Amino acid sequence: MAIIGRQRGAESQQAEPHVPDGLWEKCPKCERALFKRDLEKNLKVCHHCGYHFRLSAQERIALLTEPGSFHEWDAGVTACDPLGFPGYLQKLERDRGRTGLNDAVVTGGARIGSTDVAIGVTDFRFLAGAMNSVVGERITRCIETATERRLPLVLISGTGGGASMYEGILSLMQMPKTAAALARHHEARLLYVSILTDASMAGVLASWASLGDIILAEPGASIGFTGDRVSKQAQVGKKPPDFQTAEFQLRNGMIDAIVHRKELKPTLLRILKWTQSSPPVW
Amino acid sequence: MDPKQSTGVVTMRKSILDFERQIEQLEKQIEELRQHAAQHNLDLGEEIARLQSEHERLMHEIFGRLTAWDKVQLARHPRRPQTLDYIRLIFDDFLELHGDRTFADDPAMVGGLALLDNKPVMVFGQQKGRDARERAKRNFGSARPEGYRKALRLMKLAEKFGRPVISFVDTPAADCSVGAEERGISEAIARNMREMAVLKVPIVIAVIGEGGSGGAVGIGLGDRVLMLENAIYSVIPPEGCAAILWRDPSKAEEAAEALKLTAEDSLRFDVVDEIIPEPLGGAHRDPELVALRLKEALVKHLAELSRLPTSEMLDLRYARFRKLGAFLEIPEDQAAVV
Repeated sequence: MAIIGRQRGAESQQAEPHVPDGLWEKCPKCERALFKRDLEKNLKVCHHCGYHFRLSAQERIALLTEPGSFHEWDAGVTACDPLGFPGYLQKLERDRGRTGLNDAVVTGGARIGSTDVAIGVTDFRFLAGAMNSVVGERITRCIETATERRLPLVLISGTGGGASMYEGILSLMQMPKTAAALARHHEARLLYVSILTDASMAGVLASWASLGDIILAEPGASIGFTGDRVSKQAQVGKKPPDFQTAEFQLRNGMIDAIVHRKELKPTLLRILKWTQSSPPVW
Repeated sequence: MDPKQSTGVVTMRKSILDFERQIEQLEKQIEELRQHAAQHNLDLGEEIARLQSEHERLMHEIFGRLTAWDKVQLARHPRRPQTLDYIRLIFDDFLELHGDRTFADDPAMVGGLALLDNKPVMVFGQQKGRDARERAKRNFGSARPEGYRKALRLMKLAEKFGRPVISFVDTPAADCSVGAEERGISEAIARNMREMAVLKVPIVIAVIGEGGSGGAVGIGLGDRVLMLENAIYSVIPPEGCAAILWRDPSKAEEAAEALKLTAEDSLRFDVVDEIIPEPLGGAHRDPELVALRLKEALVKHLAELSRLPTSEMLDLRYARFRKLGAFLEIPEDQAAVV
């Protein structure tokens, strides 16, 4: 193993001096250097080991919906700093600049195939995709709009922190708030597909992300309740090597399927076809 | 979210428990003087009065103006009344029911049939445990998926017979063991909230000690949320917040302040509807009094809720949580639109 590792290292070291910066990206899993243009063409999945790089909200929407069909909802919902939490406003500002997003969530209406859907995505790049009041509010409105217009709902989680610390108890309350909205969507007998991407943790997993009629996950995604830094302090027992991954959750019956990024949209289309067609008549 | 960490083992500055010792010494002295005076027929009134006024001064000095961190310690106080204490003090004919009918019984979550003012109700909540043995058995009040599923089973039973539900929240956090993860702790919490949002009987929540993040909201959605004066309700324990933000758990005191986790904060943010006052020094100084106040509040709210038609009650319950959060709405042309 060590020899292979060194070879890979040598390979990337050889390659790098010959090209300008920014054309290569190193795979965090197999550590091979990947030509960025090829990586993008492959939907940001490593050619060598299948590692799924995180996607931005914009990339995720482009991946799953028909070109030009997405129109954003509630874009003006903006974070304030209700607790006066040290450093929060600066962090918001930094990540707005870094991502081009207003907050960690994008919601809207779009078409998948020929079906109108309500879609919401959290973006890990923005404060680790944590659920603050804005994320909770926009996800809730997205669910409510889906219920009103009788639309299938697709929510994609990518969040490291769960409920955001910076808005304290108000972040925590986004869990019951989103769950209550989903209760009504559920009672209206509408479809909800939850897609768990890297990472789907804590308060997000323990609320809307776990409530899908069908729950899909990308390979290798971190999925779990208690984050690493917290559980390291706790004695949690002997962890299996794949603890809190998509594979672990599939084995334990918590998700329906692990789906390669290339297959995500075709899988959604099959689910939509199965659920949205008129009742079968024999 | 380590339950062991939240039992006050982490040593910071002089804690509320240290000050309490001072007060207890004084109380002991007063009691001894009284006995001595009675036995020997002495008039020690002056001395006793002096100690009593010193006692009163100390009580106000220590407990009159509590910081957020002081309240964290009172909320976790080893002698603080727990769910089973309130069940014993408030209800009659408690019949404990066990098990989630799927995997196990979770002793960290207790519940069952009870009478409140002679009326049938369902009551449950997390139980932390008193001595070392009970604490271990009850996993320090950190419920496992089975605990949340047992609570849900009891709620469904209450709904079937049209009985109101009372939920006592007192947990450092939900269990974070490998087993809890394997059996879907996230799903259990999420599903409870979804079901509680539409359960067709009144639900009154009372946060009596620690309202520890997901572990708390997993039994925390209802028509009314009451909170004891020195209870806390937080998205993360202050130690965990300090560890993540500043990589330094000893900054828990600052984190407690920043997190706005007191009952007053929760009331200001509409997270709770009413604060139940505690005696000076905390609920453990007079559990009967706190139980009485809690009972009066429960009865009052259940009476109000019982007068509402079910659909209206559910709409109000939805609206109650729907409005929680704080954000601005700026014109969309000023926002970053995707």
